[in-house]
Amino acid sequence: MTKLLVDGIEVDVPADYTLLQACEIAGAEIPRFCFHERLSIAGNCRMCLVELKGAPKPVASCAYAVKDCRPGPNGEPPEVLTRSGITKKAREGVMEFLLINHPLDCPICDQGGHCDLQDQAMAYGVDSTRYKENKRAVEEKYIGPLVRTAMNRCIHCTRCVRFLAEVAGVPDLGAIGRGEDMEITSYLENAMGSELQGNVADLCPVGALVPKPQSYDFRPWELSKTDSIDVMDAVGSAIRVDARGREVMQIGPRVNEDINEEWISDKTRQVVDGLRLQRLDRPFLRENGRLRPASWGEAFSAIAAKVKAADPKRIGALAGDLAGVEEMFALKQLMGSLGTANIDCRQAGEKIDPSWGRAAYTLSATIPGIEQADAILLIGTNPRLEASLLNVRIRKRWRMAPLAVGLIGEDADLTYPHVYLGAGTDTLSELAAGNHSFSETLANAERPLVIVGSAALSRADGAAVLSAAASLAKTIGAVTADWNGFAVLHSAAARVGALDLGFVPGEGGLDVAGMIAPGALDVLFNLGADEIEIGAGAFVVYQGTHGDRGAMRADVILPGAAYTEKSATFVNTEGRVQMTNRAGFPPGDAREDWAILRALSDVLGYTLPYDSLGSLRRGLYAEHPHLAGIDAVEASDVAATVDTLAGLGGSLSKDAFAPAVADFFMTNPIARASRVMAECSSVAHGRVLQAAE
Amino acid sequence: MLSDQDRIFTNLYGLHSPDLDAAKKRGAWDGTKFLLHMGRDWVIDEMKGSGLRGRGGAGFPTGLKWSFMPKKSDGRPHYLVVNADESEPGTCKDREIMRHDPHLLIEGCLIASFAMAAHACYIYIRGEYVAEKHALQRAVDEAYAAKLVGKDNVHGYPFDIYVHHGAGAYICGEETALLESLEGKKGMPRLKPPFPANMGLYGCPTTVNNVESIAVAGTILRRGGAWFAGLGGKNNTGTKLFCVSGHVNKPCNVEEVMGITFRELIDKHCGGMRGGWDNLLCSIPGGSSVPLVPADQIIDAKMDFDTLKNLGSGLGTAAVIVLDKSTDIVSAIARISYFYKHESCGQCTPCREGTGWMWRVLNRMAHGRAQKREIDMLLEVTKQIEGHTICALGDAAAWPVQGLIRHFRPEIEKRIDQYSRNPHSEAVPMAAE
Repeated sequence: MTKLLVDGIEVDVPADYTLLQACEIAGAEIPRFCFHERLSIAGNCRMCLVELKGAPKPVASCAYAVKDCRPGPNGEPPEVLTRSGITKKAREGVMEFLLINHPLDCPICDQGGHCDLQDQAMAYGVDSTRYKENKRAVEEKYIGPLVRTAMNRCIHCTRCVRFLAEVAGVPDLGAIGRGEDMEITSYLENAMGSELQGNVADLCPVGALVPKPQSYDFRPWELSKTDSIDVMDAVGSAIRVDARGREVMQIGPRVNEDINEEWISDKTRQVVDGLRLQRLDRPFLRENGRLRPASWGEAFSAIAAKVKAADPKRIGALAGDLAGVEEMFALKQLMGSLGTANIDCRQAGEKIDPSWGRAAYTLSATIPGIEQADAILLIGTNPRLEASLLNVRIRKRWRMAPLAVGLIGEDADLTYPHVYLGAGTDTLSELAAGNHSFSETLANAERPLVIVGSAALSRADGAAVLSAAASLAKTIGAVTADWNGFAVLHSAAARVGALDLGFVPGEGGLDVAGMIAPGALDVLFNLGADEIEIGAGAFVVYQGTHGDRGAMRADVILPGAAYTEKSATFVNTEGRVQMTNRAGFPPGDAREDWAILRALSDVLGYTLPYDSLGSLRRGLYAEHPHLAGIDAVEASDVAATVDTLAGLGGSLSKDAFAPAVADFFMTNPIARASRVMAECSSVAHGRVLQAAE
Repeated sequence: MLSDQDRIFTNLYGLHSPDLDAAKKRGAWDGTKFLLHMGRDWVIDEMKGSGLRGRGGAGFPTGLKWSFMPKKSDGRPHYLVVNADESEPGTCKDREIMRHDPHLLIEGCLIASFAMAAHACYIYIRGEYVAEKHALQRAVDEAYAAKLVGKDNVHGYPFDIYVHHGAGAYICGEETALLESLEGKKGMPRLKPPFPANMGLYGCPTTVNNVESIAVAGTILRRGGAWFAGLGGKNNTGTKLFCVSGHVNKPCNVEEVMGITFRELIDKHCGGMRGGWDNLLCSIPGGSSVPLVPADQIIDAKMDFDTLKNLGSGLGTAAVIVLDKSTDIVSAIARISYFYKHESCGQCTPCREGTGWMWRVLNRMAHGRAQKREIDMLLEVTKQIEGHTICALGDAAAWPVQGLIRHFRPEIEKRIDQYSRNPHSEAVPMAAE
């Protein structure tokens, strides 16, 4: 620890702190543009200059370490002055330089109102200009469908360049030219090739990079801001949903060190327009082969008629990828009351049985725990597409120190180097037998982490794959008293919560494949399962938000609420319980999903025992106490589960592992409804001509 | 005046062959093994005793710089990097060394590397110096062939030397930008601390020295630090290559004793001032980055670090630019400003934005198209750049302008008055043109 005087206040800070950190601890505010806590230090904006007693000139506090300060002649602690004349002069000078070539277009700039340059010019600038020359003009660049550029405004802080190079792991942005002709651009105006590119607009301290889909749509002060949770993947990134009136205008990241730090994927961010397109805003009823708008009463009585006529054994229920725990709990209870065991949430057909233990379907090492791993084996998964923010964490781990990553399945660019081990189960068997060159790496690792992708478990031999992976984890010592190195990575937000509820077939019940087979059931409740083809025969009640595949096959449509329109619990792939919040109301006649099921249960004559979300949750927590622990990951007995899994055995097929996500931008009905996601998908697959062509 | 036997660069003008044999006859590579045998501390102490100050412009004591390198390696290799990116306008001394006396440089590299426990040395040559690169490479090849350097050389100190060719950016002469460029990155200066002696090339302890500082090392050690210290004045010892250009009768490069007066330098070596001493307007005594010094102050001044510093200027690289009264001094400084605007790397704000501003204002002032209050504004802009940047290019861009305003404010005011009296003396461009 080193003593330091900041504006006369003595602080005692670690020697490896920077002056900026020390000043913040002392309560002094230091203006900055290029500095960002999660990026490397560039020290180029010079806004954070402070006077250091004894130094010949002001120093950049973001880059100057406390240990580099020299004590005074009589051993006095080094003294930093953040309010002295020299500091003030330096800041005013830098601010003037930043502004001379910055256009005076604040009234038409989307950054207005949350612009660092605007704010700091008010606090640290002077009120008039002395620059009489022409301002610099810079051509706009095309850098992708999500970020619009206004390069006249760029102050060359290089945050965007550093983010893409360091966090996103793509080399797509850089600076060309020199001196005042320096320009930030992508190579030949190609789109940025990252699934995290939207974050550069957040990082931009000025209006040079702004979200393209939201151009000129709103001012930041018009929005009501709601903290919530993302459901585009099973990571559950912390988000802030900004709505104007009832319409969600934008989604941004919220800091959650345990999950997404402060980044979110492009799908999370820009799925916004999907929330208002293709929405189901009233009940529909199929008559003579065509869906027609109906009232809630008509819809419910049509369902009641079918249910009453059906044998309970020929009634079933499916839960999709975006369903909250509350509605699945209600649906499960309703199905129980109807006397059917045909319920299933494993839409993709994952061969997971919750009775094996919670560690059989969660990532119990947790996302921050990845930073402790020293070798990672990925089986049948591409985390970059299935869980982008988890991939960011692996990359962060790799940047901290060398990390061996092995991949079995389809080879892909993961943004960090990895060893491609093989395509299918043969490699897994070789590794388990210790015959593979990577076996030694895993065996020598102190904290190896085996991550099995949900797609690898969705095959016919999924249980055998899980068992083989578990026995491999056991062999290499991945599970010890203080390390849980066996993990399953999901790509659907609802899955872990549903498995926690036990939303799987009961005694003698049919699973997903059994239920969707033609003629298997008379009545099928479909709670937002849009990724599967339901066979002919059954009377399908679809409850969901978008006119997607599930709605096409429906005989009755009950319009529900999307994740931004309800308070619902989701359990992420780690097993972390999180809750969304309502940022706006569902459109038209659509209602919150638990309330629809509660109302339907009344019509069916099996009234569910609650009439508010609060009392539903009381019932839920009584049955599943761990779901009450919001933001927590309940510890589970990983060792016992891995033993159970390893004992399952089963024969492996020779097929190669197929990827879980074919098109990153099209994984759920909300994303498929979004025009922006469609454009992103086209760009990612090279289907559109780009500006340079 | 320097006597011939005290000259270090005896083939400065290329009158003799630069080859190894000829260089050996002139004294290069003489007793190098013995110098290494004397040990690391002796070499550094002799260098400190010689009072040699770095010849690249800043004048930092070379021996002291060498002593900053870690005494024991912590596992990382040490590197010596020789800065041959000689791009300061007016400066052309290193070029002559590399062309005509390359073996002094190569020998110096070996000695300096030995003193700093470096087994590899990189010479970073300016992009435009193509012939010099070939000359130096030829000499390096000769030295390798003669086993003077290399893994198993006759000196018993494994040592490799590499010549690297830059791409022609002034900023790559800044030591940390040079290291970035050498590593294959964009030549942009690094933040200091950490200093290169701690974290330099590839994160390893590195010393960056000017060509001349290294090239004189062999001779200094052979003749003793005391000999070198005996030349020149206190704190400004030894001999120095002066590059005199501008309005003198015979511009030249010359090795002279430190502290020779300006008048003697010009009279003895340059055939005197063009048009006589009365015609002297001012001089820029240390390469384009230092402030100019008007005639009355420079004419009998000693050309050394401290005297020129006290005159508000600096010796810099000793590139003496002499300007006579025919010079349009405002335009001249505006042209220098353009150079710094053009060569600014664009990394940090004050230099990126400020150099262009200064150039534009000066350009107007050269024609008188300015307000008098803008002179003070310009001065303030230079102060806002100076000392606020990552590297010294900001300072280098600000100083010439400060020198101009300090000494030639009446000249600028005169231009402004002339212009405002007859603002349409130039043809006004019409829209259609």
